[in-house]
Amino acid sequence: MRLLSIYLKIYKKKDLELINQVTYKPFGNKAILIEWAAIIDQEILNDIIQFKEHINFQKKDVYSDFIIAYNSLTIIYHNEIFDFKKEVEELQSIYNSDFNNTQKDVDLWEIPVCYDLGFGIDLQEISAKSNLSIDKIIKLHSEKIYTIFFIGFLPGFLYLGGLNDKIFFDRKENPRLQVAKGSVAIGGKQTGIYPSNSAGGWNIIGKTPINFFDVKKANPCFSKAGDKIKFIPVSLEEYHQIETKILRNTFQIFKTVHND
Amino acid sequence: MIKVLKAGFYASIQDRGRVGFASKGVPVSGVMDQYSSTIANSILNNAATAAVLEITFGGCELQFLTETIMCISGADFSAKINDELIILNSRIQVQKKDVLSFGKINYGVRTYLAVKGGFQSEIILNSRSFYQNITDDFIIRKNDVLPITSFKNDLESSHTSLKVVKSHFDSQEINCFKGPEFGLLTINQQKIIFEQSFTISNENNRMGYRLTETIQNCLPSILTSAVLPGTVQLTPSGKLIILMKDCQVTGGYPRILQLTETAMSRLSQKTTNQSTIIFRSHN
Repeated sequence: MRLLSIYLKIYKKKDLELINQVTYKPFGNKAILIEWAAIIDQEILNDIIQFKEHINFQKKDVYSDFIIAYNSLTIIYHNEIFDFKKEVEELQSIYNSDFNNTQKDVDLWEIPVCYDLGFGIDLQEISAKSNLSIDKIIKLHSEKIYTIFFIGFLPGFLYLGGLNDKIFFDRKENPRLQVAKGSVAIGGKQTGIYPSNSAGGWNIIGKTPINFFDVKKANPCFSKAGDKIKFIPVSLEEYHQIETKILRNTFQIFKTVHND
Repeated sequence: MIKVLKAGFYASIQDRGRVGFASKGVPVSGVMDQYSSTIANSILNNAATAAVLEITFGGCELQFLTETIMCISGADFSAKINDELIILNSRIQVQKKDVLSFGKINYGVRTYLAVKGGFQSEIILNSRSFYQNITDDFIIRKNDVLPITSFKNDLESSHTSLKVVKSHFDSQEINCFKGPEFGLLTINQQKIIFEQSFTISNENNRMGYRLTETIQNCLPSILTSAVLPGTVQLTPSGKLIILMKDCQVTGGYPRILQLTETAMSRLSQKTTNQSTIIFRSHN
């Protein structure tokens, strides 16, 4: 058992039980929902991603799409699944096989964010209500390394984990009808980036010129579940310089290999 | 080419959808009534994946700038070519400058215009289906020119017409599988879901159908997880939402049922103020 060998070393018994609780449910007649314990946890995310990669390696031709979320992996098949039990047995045998290359490096993306008050239109309100200076809010938001748990809600919308609880801030009671593409925001215990213009109820603290979803690219979203994000504060001038470079297609997002 | 003289209420080019990008947050999209659009394509001997124009409630006026063969399948909106009523589910040769228009709504909500070879709008992320922020527009607009290829003499059997199963439009029954969270419902709730009839509210579109009735509910939200077209969610207020083709890829409400593809096709021909629907367990 690969999981035993890895996790026994590092984790307590409780974590082992969590891992062993993986369940399989039919989701209609063309999809299987694989679920882990209902908690937000980096180790569960790692396990989901590794499992998905091994399914991809062994069964690439039979499924057409997949969806990763906090504690689940949904495999959508090309065709109707006639023998659910047999399919689950195959998936279980993949899950229980030895995953080599378990310690994978992940990409850390550096995302420039301008926290200018012209962009961060809710910074003053958050500051007033939380008794934190605007500089402190920016520091707390930009010093952390966030984990991408999955992409959902809108094309290219990243669900990020790791927001400092000092800057948890409830969603607005009345969502704005228009939030600008690139807006960086806090919604409750989460932070995120609006990948396109849309309605939204999160509190806006800044803006990034980076495109999180570009249909003209074969891979429309450069990042994926499991990657890391760090926000780099930039001045208004730098923001516009980067924006120009992006328009001219001469900007490269800075990426480092992260290993924690 | 087809020129849009009048855009109508809501018409968009759709194929079988955008498969392979769910993990990037991209909705599947694609035709709402796969049953009807497949008929239209098969009458023209098109591939099942050929893109069609999905026309909701008619209202649009389209001028052919190219000769071709077309077929209309699905809802009956009294389709006419140059003011002459045409027969649904049959091959119709059209000439340059012919105008397709619609009139009285007889039955159904969505009708499908297929042309020989399919609509040739740009393929973006493996699909021609319109969707906001992915394709240039999400509906057709006045003066748009929709690309099709010219097709002259119809040498294939020209008098074929297909009998459509009328229950597709009339039946109240919506077949579904039990969803991942169905088991969390009380026995009483499970019974009510399959016994009660439900009304479609006026909030119904390509993203989803909200139903009017309220079920007593104390199920909490779930940790955000995958949803699919056809997923029936139970909201904390006790109302049901049936997700349709343009739905998001993840959601946080319990997923209590999952419609079959046929049921989704059937539902997409229904709207508010019509007869009620009844969920039927499909095994």
